[in-house]
Amino acid sequence: MKGMTIIVKKIGQIICPVIFMFGLYIILHGHLTPGGGFAGGVIMAGAFILQILANGNILPNLRKEEEGLEFMESAAILGFLILAGLGLLFSGGVVFFANFLDKGELGKLISGGFIPIENIVVGAEVCAAIATIFIAMVVYKDEEKK
Amino acid sequence: MIIYILCFILFLVGLYGVVSKRNLIKIIIGIAIMEYSINLFFIMIGYIEGGTAPIITKGFEHSKFVDPLPQAMILTSIVIGLATTALLLAVAIRLYQKYGTFDINKIKDLKG
Amino acid sequence: MNSLIPLFVIIPLGCAFLMAMLGRFIKNINKFITPIFMLSLVYLTFHFIINSEGTLIYKVGGFEPVNGIPIAIYMVMDGLTKLILLVISLVGFLAIFYSLSYTKQYTSERKFYVLFSLMIAGMNGIVLSGDIFNIFVFLEIAAISSYALVAFGVEKQQLEASFKYQVLGGIASLIILLAIGLIYWNTGTLNIADISRQLTINCSSPTGTNVFIKFISVLLIAGFGLKAAIFPFHTWLPDAHSSAPSPISAMLSGVLIKAVGIYVIIRLFFNMFPLSYELSMTITVLGTISMIIGGLLAIGQWDIKRMLAYSSISQIGYIVLGLGIGMLVLATGGNKAVAALSITGGLFHLLNHSIFKGLLFLSAGAVEYRTGTRDMRKMGGLSEVLPITSRTSLVGSLAISGIPPFNGFFSKLIIIIAAIQAQYYVLAFLAVLVSVITIAYFMKLQKYTFYNNDGSKWKEKKIKEVPFSMAFSMIVMALLCITLSLLVIPDVREIFLKPAVDVLINTADYSTKILGM
Repeated sequence: MKGMTIIVKKIGQIICPVIFMFGLYIILHGHLTPGGGFAGGVIMAGAFILQILANGNILPNLRKEEEGLEFMESAAILGFLILAGLGLLFSGGVVFFANFLDKGELGKLISGGFIPIENIVVGAEVCAAIATIFIAMVVYKDEEKK
Repeated sequence: MIIYILCFILFLVGLYGVVSKRNLIKIIIGIAIMEYSINLFFIMIGYIEGGTAPIITKGFEHSKFVDPLPQAMILTSIVIGLATTALLLAVAIRLYQKYGTFDINKIKDLKG
Repeated sequence: MNSLIPLFVIIPLGCAFLMAMLGRFIKNINKFITPIFMLSLVYLTFHFIINSEGTLIYKVGGFEPVNGIPIAIYMVMDGLTKLILLVISLVGFLAIFYSLSYTKQYTSERKFYVLFSLMIAGMNGIVLSGDIFNIFVFLEIAAISSYALVAFGVEKQQLEASFKYQVLGGIASLIILLAIGLIYWNTGTLNIADISRQLTINCSSPTGTNVFIKFISVLLIAGFGLKAAIFPFHTWLPDAHSSAPSPISAMLSGVLIKAVGIYVIIRLFFNMFPLSYELSMTITVLGTISMIIGGLLAIGQWDIKRMLAYSSISQIGYIVLGLGIGMLVLATGGNKAVAALSITGGLFHLLNHSIFKGLLFLSAGAVEYRTGTRDMRKMGGLSEVLPITSRTSLVGSLAISGIPPFNGFFSKLIIIIAAIQAQYYVLAFLAVLVSVITIAYFMKLQKYTFYNNDGSKWKEKKIKEVPFSMAFSMIVMALLCITLSLLVIPDVREIFLKPAVDVLINTADYSTKILGM
């Protein structure tokens, strides 16, 4: 895939970190404000997609990235499953998805038991999944040209 | 009531797109429109006059909230819609590679 | 015991993503681990069938009901659930064992097992869920992985079939979602048991809600009927089921349309909605028409898998007919014993059909694997070179066309006897007629594929019998075809079929048991 003009590249480079940080913010505050793992993950994937669209990339690199993202996606889902399974362990083998951590105080960043951790895992999974979908389509399109 | 009818009309617009259009991409857009209309419908049935976003924050513990359950369902349904649309698009791209066209009149190897 | 219920979803789901992660580093790990996981599911199912009784409930997250209103996501395990779980895990294990050799022809074998496990997870989830929205979510998991599996070979035909399947399946899912929204609007709850209670309260008061319930029922019949390929929603099935890789065809025809379509229809219309004569009649008539149409269309086919796919439509018609007659008898307040007999026939045929249709698709896959064609006109004389495949296929054909002592005979017989006892003579006559048509097209299949000439053409090409894993699955299924006819013996039927029938006969018990009243 070919990149775009210098203007797009430069502006992409400037706003990409901001978008990424915003996505992280949404994920981390998922249990306090609207948003959460899914919305934040989509925003973070947006930063990746913007980079690829602006700067372009070559096919071998894209394939490599796709593989890494695929691994991250499966690992994140497994992490989610293990977290849910830990609930089973801590509640004495009865409750799947038990919230076994301290609930904390309402309105604080560190509160809500293991929900923030789940949000982080979901964010990683969504980010990886959407970037994988995008890259897979770019790879299809590039393969077609050959 | 009129708003529900408009929502249903949006659903029918999507269905019309799926049934009458001959282009694979337009069919996918039709399905997406149907999906959005249903998402809209879910949000509307959860709405309460004067309700706020269902998030408990300091000072708003006991205010009037809209029904959060349809919103949770819609988040799930959006994720599912993402997966469906992505798969449809991937298959459409592959079909374009094989046939060199998006026209479903020309894509008909299967019959019977 | 109750806390083991989520394992039915966790095991395949964990398996799928473990495979996706490890598969890249360790070659062929999927081939060792996936069958073991599936075998553990089979074991778990038998464990539940033998050791548990009545309705088991599992509340995800451990939230207890507040003022009698259930707030947690419920997983419900009763007789009907156990029967369908048995079908899923048994056919699933045999299909995955068959795939060990079959998938060698594909470049990305690894992903096959991932998608397969996801499909199993989705179906187990549908069957266990006691919550109508979760049925939708798991349905989509199963459906999306099946769309991808249909297109797995990325050839022209497979892609086209997959696209058609996805568009129709997508519309069906959206119709189902619309119906779920309307149900939530009307009753304010998503739990099937609670909805059932609310609807019975609503039904007795104004007439407006009755129309509402009928509208929802029609939407649900359309949505799940599309998933189950009941006439007039059957057009996607022959394409999708004949283009998919053969073990997947066996899963789709044998299990998926039953777990996704038939199971949900009977669960909702027996246990959730109040029974009504009009809807039962609609379901019965649709079942009868798809039985006839599927049979008639199958005769003219020359593509071996396409013929089997049309035959699936016809046999699904039988199942719906059996269950529909039971529904009609219950709705009109007739004899409960007749309804029980008819539902027994329907469920028995569901179990049988999953086995023999799976067997037939696997045999067709074996033929395709060795000869490279699906056209019956180019075959002939294959019984000389493929002895095991030809025998197992013969067993499957005899079973599906209802020749004693195979299982298909008994289930069809029960359905026909029930139809006569319920005084639906026309339906009984049509069921017999379609049985004759079934024999006709399976004779055609056997003759053109395996006999008809001496097979010298194939001997010259040095075609050998299929590898061990494929042959093993087919032989086990052929043996099951005979042993399942033991289910007509009352003592055996008590264990497997009776609990499932009881759930459907005592329609209101489902909600009272779950709500604990």
